[in-house]
Amino acid sequence: MPLSISLVVNGVRKDVVLEDPRVTLLDLLRERVGLTGTKKGCDRGQCGACTVLVDGRRINACLALAVSLDGADVLTIEGLAKGGQLDPVQAAFIAHDGFQCGFCTPGQIMSAVGLIREGEAGDDPERIREGMSGNLCRCGAYVGIIEAVRDARKQLAISANEDRRVA
Amino acid sequence: MNLFDYVRPASVAEAVAAGSQPGAAYLAAGTNLLDLMKGGALRPGRLVDVTRLPGLDRIETLADGGMRIGAMVRNADLARDPAFAAAYPAVAEALLSGASPQLRNAATVGGNLMQHTRCAYFHDAASACNRRDPGAGCDARGGENRNHAVLGWSDACIATHPSDFCVPLVALDAVVEIEGPDGRRDVALEDFHRLPGTTPERETVLRAGELITALRLPPEAGGFRTHARYLKLRERTSFAFAIVSAAAMLRIEGGTIQSARLALGGVAAKPWRAKAAEELLIGAAPTVESFATAAEAALTEAMPSGDNAYKIELAKRVLKCALLLAADGTPRRMPALPASVFNFDTGCHSHA
Ligand SMILES: Cc1cc2nc3c(=O)[nH]c(=O)nc-3n(C[C@H](O)[C@H](O)[C@H](O)COP(=O)(O)OP(=O)(O)OC[C@H]3O[C@@H](n4cnc5c(N)ncnc54)[C@H](O)[C@@H]3O)c2cc1C
Ligand code: SF4
Ligand code: FES
Ligand code: FES
Repeated sequence: MPLSISLVVNGVRKDVVLEDPRVTLLDLLRERVGLTGTKKGCDRGQCGACTVLVDGRRINACLALAVSLDGADVLTIEGLAKGGQLDPVQAAFIAHDGFQCGFCTPGQIMSAVGLIREGEAGDDPERIREGMSGNLCRCGAYVGIIEAVRDARKQLAISANEDRRVA
Repeated sequence: MNLFDYVRPASVAEAVAAGSQPGAAYLAAGTNLLDLMKGGALRPGRLVDVTRLPGLDRIETLADGGMRIGAMVRNADLARDPAFAAAYPAVAEALLSGASPQLRNAATVGGNLMQHTRCAYFHDAASACNRRDPGAGCDARGGENRNHAVLGWSDACIATHPSDFCVPLVALDAVVEIEGPDGRRDVALEDFHRLPGTTPERETVLRAGELITALRLPPEAGGFRTHARYLKLRERTSFAFAIVSAAAMLRIEGGTIQSARLALGGVAAKPWRAKAAEELLIGAAPTVESFATAAEAALTEAMPSGDNAYKIELAKRVLKCALLLAADGTPRRMPALPASVFNFDTGCHSHA
């Protein structure tokens, strides 16, 4: 029995018909919606390459059944830049060399966006490292990644303050 | 992954009816179930999606001072709930030491209790495993078994239960609320997971179709908040299952221990309550000597099930260390590395 589901992906509504329910959110994004920025590393919850935000929270898309998320709001790496302008987290990864081969990077960046929104790590490198522990990097770019997250968090805090002053 | 029917019931009664059909499994976040289905270790014919059942996502303080947590509450949300984390800090610490932030954002309370063993032969559909396939044999005996059980194991199965969350919970006398084809019932978490005996395939006391709806903490569980710790030894700093872990909770008045709650993780097919050790501590001073005696008592029945005799000594040291940390007092803020021996900011006795 085909199943129809509807998701909002990066602000755009996507109606998808699934022939059978064995489709993860990761495969749906990559194979059905054509968004290949989200990567498949382990496909078993162990590496974080597939990290996306679902209803504002970071999760592993490889261990989520798409049909179970019917109606959800999904943000992937493709939805982060606004009007050709990189998100501060993306810009910080570039500024701090937070990658080498780049395979883990979309997951790292989405995880960092989630971590900053969760708001608990603050500027403490130890807490940021622990908060990013669900994302492995085979190239070992961890030092740059942690610096990028710290810097992005500061940038975001500054612009939030500016918004408040303008408002 | 095998083909399955997908159903999304609108009420607990509908879920139980759908979940009582042969071959059905409840689907919560799927972080354990989908993993096992991808490898072919589990092949349910029907998934009953319980993530949207009404009323199962609440955290409530009860009139008697206890708390009830709905089975669909996400692990991260529970650890961050201010009232919960203040009342049961060792449980919050255990939750935050488990898996990764992404997994904790998805994983549910019910799914965490019900997660299956990480025994590699259970996960590998081509291996012989009595737990997955009764009577097939156990490839862990004589195989890679350095992380297997040292307490409560049997010739049929030497697997451990992997949950961190359950370890302090069992010490606090948590109760599992269950809804099934024959109505509601409560089961003490201590009696919920089964030791393998000759039927390792029966992992818990849940009967066909029974659904966990909530977890309840009794009023006394809140009495340990000032001296409560969880300590977890892993093969890497973070994002790894426990080799062994311990929850230690104390009530200390006038330099004397009034009561103690102790449990071990990673040592048996269930979270392992150490009641004999708790009793030894009543009336004792919180010293390294009394903690060493208690740790010794907690492991008297331990026996290696393979290449894992080291875990017995390790469990004693982790329990002793957890007791020393608990005696120091619950840290004012959650440590940067929850449950880790590498917490330099909390003055950890990290020589375990
Ligand atoms: C890479 C990785 C690392 C991990 N590390 C840790 C760790 O360090 N510590 C730790 O404790 N855990 C760890 N986990 C396990 C994780 O905590 C579990 O996968 C999670 O808690 C399961 O919850 P879920 O909601 O996803 O359950 P699901 O996967 O949906 O379900 C798991 C099982 O429970 C059953 N079930 C679910 N809900 C109910 C219910 N309400 N009533 C009856 N049955 C139900 C399902 O049928 C299934 O058999 C790790 C997992 C992964 C993938
Ligand atoms: S130890 Fe238990 S789970 Fe592991 S292979 Fe043996 S029977 Fe299966
Ligand atoms: S691909 Fe999802 S965690 Fe590795
Ligand atoms: S940049 Fe290569 S894996 Fe991280």
